[in-house]
Amino acid sequence: MSEDARLPVAKTHKLYIGGAFPRSESGRSYAAGDARGRFLANVAQASRKDLRDAVSAARKAFPGWSAASAYNRGQVLYRVAEVAEGRREQLAEAVARGEGTPEDTARSIVDTAIDRWVWYAGWTDKLTPVLGSANPVAGPYFSFTVVEPTGVVGTLAPQESSLLGLVSVLAPVLATGCTAVVVASTDRPVPAITLAEILETSDVPAGAANILTGSADELAPHLASHADVNALDLTGVPAEQRGALERSAAGSVKRVLRVPATEPDWTVTPGIDRLRGCLEYKTVWHPVGT
Amino acid sequence: MPHTAADVPFDPEDATRDEARLRRFLHGLPGVDRVGLEQRAADLATRSIKKSAKLRAIDTAIGMVDLTTLEGADTAGTVHALCARARRPDPDRPGVPPVAAVCVYPDLAGTAATALSGSGVAVASVATAFPSGRSSREVKLAEVGMAVAAGAAEIDMVIDRGAFLSGRYGDVADEIVAVKQACGSAHLKVILETGELATYDNIRRASWLALLSGADFVKTSTGKVSPAATLPVTHVLLQAVRDWQAVTGVARGVKPAGGIRTTKDAIRYLVAVREVAGERWLTPALFRFGASSLLDDLLMQRRTQLDGHYSGPDYIAVS
Amino acid sequence: MADTAENAPGTGAWDYDPAPERAELANLRAHYRPFIDGAFVDGTGEPLKTSNPATGETLAEVGTAADADVGTAVTAARAAFERTWSTMPGTERAKYLFRIARLIQERSRELAVLETLDNGKPIKESRDADLPAVAAHFFHHAGWADKLDYAGFGPLPRPLGVAGQVIPWNFPLLMLAWKIAPALATGNTVVLKPAETTPLTALAFAEICQQAQLPPGVVNILPGGGDTGSTLVAHPGVDKVAFTGSTEVGKLIQSRLAGTPTKLTLELGGKAANIVFDDAPLDQAVEGIVNGVFFNQGHVCCAGSRLLVQESVAEAVLERLRGRITTLRVGDPLDKNTDLGAINSPEQLAKIRELVASGESEGAQRWTSPCALPDKGLFFAPTVFSGVHQSMRIAREEVFGPVLSVLTFRTPEEAVRKANNTPYGLSAGIWTEKGSRILWAAEQVRAGVVWANTFNRFDPTASFGGYKESGFGREGGRAGLEAYLDV
Repeated sequence: MSEDARLPVAKTHKLYIGGAFPRSESGRSYAAGDARGRFLANVAQASRKDLRDAVSAARKAFPGWSAASAYNRGQVLYRVAEVAEGRREQLAEAVARGEGTPEDTARSIVDTAIDRWVWYAGWTDKLTPVLGSANPVAGPYFSFTVVEPTGVVGTLAPQESSLLGLVSVLAPVLATGCTAVVVASTDRPVPAITLAEILETSDVPAGAANILTGSADELAPHLASHADVNALDLTGVPAEQRGALERSAAGSVKRVLRVPATEPDWTVTPGIDRLRGCLEYKTVWHPVGT
Repeated sequence: MPHTAADVPFDPEDATRDEARLRRFLHGLPGVDRVGLEQRAADLATRSIKKSAKLRAIDTAIGMVDLTTLEGADTAGTVHALCARARRPDPDRPGVPPVAAVCVYPDLAGTAATALSGSGVAVASVATAFPSGRSSREVKLAEVGMAVAAGAAEIDMVIDRGAFLSGRYGDVADEIVAVKQACGSAHLKVILETGELATYDNIRRASWLALLSGADFVKTSTGKVSPAATLPVTHVLLQAVRDWQAVTGVARGVKPAGGIRTTKDAIRYLVAVREVAGERWLTPALFRFGASSLLDDLLMQRRTQLDGHYSGPDYIAVS
Repeated sequence: MADTAENAPGTGAWDYDPAPERAELANLRAHYRPFIDGAFVDGTGEPLKTSNPATGETLAEVGTAADADVGTAVTAARAAFERTWSTMPGTERAKYLFRIARLIQERSRELAVLETLDNGKPIKESRDADLPAVAAHFFHHAGWADKLDYAGFGPLPRPLGVAGQVIPWNFPLLMLAWKIAPALATGNTVVLKPAETTPLTALAFAEICQQAQLPPGVVNILPGGGDTGSTLVAHPGVDKVAFTGSTEVGKLIQSRLAGTPTKLTLELGGKAANIVFDDAPLDQAVEGIVNGVFFNQGHVCCAGSRLLVQESVAEAVLERLRGRITTLRVGDPLDKNTDLGAINSPEQLAKIRELVASGESEGAQRWTSPCALPDKGLFFAPTVFSGVHQSMRIAREEVFGPVLSVLTFRTPEEAVRKANNTPYGLSAGIWTEKGSRILWAAEQVRAGVVWANTFNRFDPTASFGGYKESGFGREGGRAGLEAYLDV
């Protein structure tokens, strides 16, 4: 039997919730195509209840992940880069097919995405030094301000940039110690699923990152209105549709990240806006005396 | 307040049974946060006391003064003058109450007793190797006995700060108990010399130690060490007698001494007495000022209040 | 004049005579007008009458801004932003702010009295807490104006433009300072709406802007009610909205601005836990509890309105607390010895009464200070509920009045769990002498400000703001500048 004649083992593409890979509780799936519309795979189509489960998993993971030392979180993020490095080819192929980019470009995108994990890995223990302060208050008190993760962050990942864009919105959430519920690019979901497998094998605690595939239009309203989500990133939602979601977000005073109206050039080294968007400042006071 | 739950009866006997229990008790008292205490004292010091409340405060304060002279150069003459003033602080104004006591060194207690005879003004004498307290127990007790025999109705003793600071609480307690015994019927004021105790935690422990050992009054200072009395320190002492009363039912007194020179100062202390310990303590039986020059200002301000214009030192008889 | 017998020591209780600050110091005028483009102008809105909550007397008639006036003010602010304020060197902006700080210090006695008249807070607090903090806030931010490159937002951070600001009635001038000082320091211009019931000090501040020769249009003050505020925040010419007030209104504003590029920061309600462990410095803890919930009649978003006390010391703490609360003097806000002044409005008093009634009907034990209350005016005696459970309304809803709910706990974990069991997250208090426990608890509580062994401390260098439904964005400190920069 020749090599060519072997039938490849196709992967079942599932959701990533609480560290496990379930199918959608709804039993739904949808066909994801390549850039030219050819069938790539059937992908789980997450439901409102899957989203609810993902938020619960993220909430459950929050105390542990947010309390992990910054050093530890940095190592975990770096580990993601290490494991991703081993799957460069697979990621490049997924990007090339899904986004229709030439293979060279796809490889370069993958490299940038891996490097982005490294970049954010280095940020974990710089946040409080850079953003925090010891406050010279006018009185016999020691006052200091530190930054802390805001909680569960709900993210609508970019629709175009299915890997680099996704990493660019997910990594800062994890770097701050927040936990994430991400709705992947609706039409280009495959790299997200591969990334989920990488996260699962990279010491990222179960539930810290949850990735849903499916219809962003369908899921976004439930994410925006979920009272147990602390912050919302609407990058993947067209600007004209954000208003309604932001209105829902107001119901529980969610932090809504300030993001560009259209997808930015993800290859540019990011600033710390996204990190800041996931952080709270906490000021602590104590008297100084004998 | 001791950290015991409300339903566990407080037992002074038990607290002082042995050195270990005493230490455990004193170190089990709640801590004092310096900043919070000083903030509260400063806030309370902003009370504005005017008109009849001020006049009333001035007369109350006059009646609480332990008119004090503790100089090496004191003579029978200076003590006579002081006693005359104590009886009638402002001879032109017959309504002025006498002061609470005249406070002198033991060798002048007899002189003071004669001069104050029949006046209602008590003789207080410092004793126990005042102000340092550095002598033997025998000498200290002999000094107390001598002062009492000479007519002192109140003894102001100093604690052994060295023993206290090195943690020998039992020694300090034993000495207070012994002095109390030597006092007989004389009232005992225990000077903590808070300026040497370094922390408010220590001041609170020393207050309780003195109360547990039989002090009738806890007193801040000798007047020979700086800082002497301060408002926050007096707050701590007032809290101690307030809490002592709450757990034993017995009211003991407080005496800030040293550095209280103006009517404004005195009124701030009275406000603290009223709002920290309670109205009940606003009596010479439970609150005194140890002071030498305070009386001058009280009398001057009293005239200002009554005459409707400012007065001057030339109108107040000095001693 | 002879000595009188009742002055003799030891006869009857010694109480303090009234020691009122002179109301005339406020330089109160019969009419006040909106301040637009550097001038006091007639607003086209229905004039409002602002009254003294301690007496019910009308203090002044105040012109209000209608929609058209909001438009005029925003246009003036835009012009000032483009022509002068954003192009002016930071060093010059700084000098204006320093000037304002000094003018506030010079007029602080007048402003304190005016604040007390209009708000009902004790003169002791407006004089010793509010006014010094107002001046300090301008002084601190003045220095930032030419040093923004060092603020951590990269080189040359840009202002946003016109800031629309809506502030509450509990700290009228201080909240104005918290809004205007950072906005101006970063190069924005301002349209501010003071609260309907407390517009006077904001208009006195407008006069200070004139005295400081601040360019016209940089600061505009629009008195008015909720409608004026709602028009202002939704005005398309506004680039930044800052709001301090209730969570309810905050949600409406956030919802209103959904889908717009307007940058928003919200400083909303709270239901802070004040956690007292059994090894706390108890006398200072009692002071902190009292200050935490009775400061400013409890009209404080970060008030420590839930006391969580460890069971082993609960009785001892409560006993001390009641004794201490009994010494609180409720009455004439102008009296220098008053500790609790008047409730700001009949509506607020009704809300307090309603929640207190709910506490009683839900089975909590009510204790109210036996203090005397004035015959007229809006007053409420300090009240403590014990036996409170997390499920009761008085444990969950912001009372915004002198009402404390007492809950107990047994372990540190339980304390933190209860402290965090609220949609709010503005502040928290921790009382224990154990350092490691302080730091642990400070880490665990989900709140933007944590006071350990103290409470209600504020400083312009220390950022202040909430987690969760207490809002987002910070005021004060380096973090506070972010709210007014395009970053």
